[in-house]
Amino acid sequence: MTTALLNWRILVGGGIVALLALIALFAPLLAPVDPLEQDLFLELLPPWWQADADPTRALGADSLGRDVLSRLIHAARPALIVAVVAGTLTMLLGTALGLMAGYMGGVVDTLISRMVDIWTSFPAVLLAIMLVALIGTGLHSVIIAIVLIDWTRFCRVVRAETLAQAEMEYIDAAVTGGLRRGAILFREVLPNILPLVIVLLTLEMSIAIIVEAVLSFVGLSVSSDSPTWGGMIAEGRQVIHQAWWVMAFPMGLILIAVLALNLLGDGLKTALDPVLRR
Amino acid sequence: MNRSMLLRRLLQAIPTLFGVSVVVFVLVRVVPGNPIAMMLPPGATAADMERLRVAYGLDGSIVEQYVIWLGQALTGAFGTSISLRQDVLELVLGRLPATLELALFATVLAVTIGVLATMLGSLYRGRWPETLIDTINGFTLAVPDFIWALALILLFGVVLPILPISGRINPRLGTEFLTGFYLLEALLTGRFTVLGDLLRHIIMPSIALALPLAAIITRVLKNSLAEAMVQDYVMIARVKGFSRWRIIWQEALRNAAIPALTLTGVQFTFLVGGTVLVEKIFSYPGIGNMAIDAVTNRDLPLIQGLILCFAVIFITVNLLVDLSYALLNPRLRS
Repeated sequence: MTTALLNWRILVGGGIVALLALIALFAPLLAPVDPLEQDLFLELLPPWWQADADPTRALGADSLGRDVLSRLIHAARPALIVAVVAGTLTMLLGTALGLMAGYMGGVVDTLISRMVDIWTSFPAVLLAIMLVALIGTGLHSVIIAIVLIDWTRFCRVVRAETLAQAEMEYIDAAVTGGLRRGAILFREVLPNILPLVIVLLTLEMSIAIIVEAVLSFVGLSVSSDSPTWGGMIAEGRQVIHQAWWVMAFPMGLILIAVLALNLLGDGLKTALDPVLRR
Repeated sequence: MNRSMLLRRLLQAIPTLFGVSVVVFVLVRVVPGNPIAMMLPPGATAADMERLRVAYGLDGSIVEQYVIWLGQALTGAFGTSISLRQDVLELVLGRLPATLELALFATVLAVTIGVLATMLGSLYRGRWPETLIDTINGFTLAVPDFIWALALILLFGVVLPILPISGRINPRLGTEFLTGFYLLEALLTGRFTVLGDLLRHIIMPSIALALPLAAIITRVLKNSLAEAMVQDYVMIARVKGFSRWRIIWQEALRNAAIPALTLTGVQFTFLVGGTVLVEKIFSYPGIGNMAIDAVTNRDLPLIQGLILCFAVIFITVNLLVDLSYALLNPRLRS
């Protein structure tokens, strides 16, 4: 690996993620037609390369005659919103608790670690479905559910890393230099674990996209008429023998988004780690 | 493993189960909506409501209510499902075998795939099969069971329609089963047509569940196998002239298996969690599919029963993992 901070993983992964973000941002301009517009004459229309396709519906239409391409483009919005907002909030909560547990030790550490153990012993998907059932559906519930469930992912790693950093000589130097605990934590420890946190954030964003898709697949995300990738998959599953493309396209997009984020995370890991970079 | 350790571990499960029961109980209290009002017919008076409240013990304090509820739960009385109008315990127990069969089948599949991939990788260390396996493994680690399930449906249900994409059994074939464990029962009673049909139904959902787990097993097993391969006893086996395959299979793998085995146990709970979604995608009649329907219908008694059922599964599995770890690790055995 070269010393360049930009390796091919970052370029490809980051490029795809940026493209998806742009699509989400400019969805109303990019979508050829209204994603909610129903046209029963176009019901289950095939994509462009098939014989009886309609040129205005490049990726075909679903069982209500809605344009698949426009719905895909608009559905990038909830996916990206959840990825960014839930990812960031999960990172903040998990990192804060991880730093506290790792640096303060004692009762605080025991308490937080115990909570992490209990949290992670329960499968996340099940927990998410239960939580959303409790707090009601909608994008904000999906975000709350992800944050409440997945903070442990950051907390565990940050705690372990903080413990490791606390042993380092530069911390001793800072203590000798008379820096207060809070200052040491934020000015010395945090910058050193930040690369790790950023790598975790990309992974968390891919998980958030999956969770959003899963919850909208089972009908627990945003209301069913506004398009989501998971909702489109659920609709496509019903008509899979007549129109496989209704399910295949959103599935492919989720796969691309998840792989791109993973690739970006891998690339960042090598780029930000001085040992691996060499 | 001595008896006191076993007993201690068993006793440790009780507070956990107690905690879950509290959560399940509180769950129903915080959900908006009055359960009594939902039971009464329209036109009921306030006096009717009060009578029903007393009848269900809802007039006492929250602690009293919990004690009543726990007493009923301990005798298996979880109430009646609102959407299905049947006894919750009966419903859950009726569906449970299907989920257990799916989860166990998937785990066996995951271990098989994981061990085979590891052995192939180690056999061809440094050559292209190892690189190929590593690449596939990296990809498999990133893709969740949800996507695998959908991809399998597209591949083997639509593009190459060779497998059924929903259900557990062809309804024309099997109705006369004594237990809920269809697969096991068909195997034991020698009904091979039925067995074949059951296998054709279970293979796709279980592969979807197995692949992510297989990837994790491969990664861990490969690392511990690489460590084992440089140990002295492997050197001795090499000096004796055993084949590479035999050294891996008979000597190194056994010692490398412990971390992977523990991991499989821990991951099994996640696999059970994964059944919720995979069952939904394949319309497989297990408790996971039922849980999603219960949540969609806001069927609180059923949700309560199902959460408790899942909790009991997870606690049992964690217990078994700890015990098997103690049995496998000689240092913990004494």
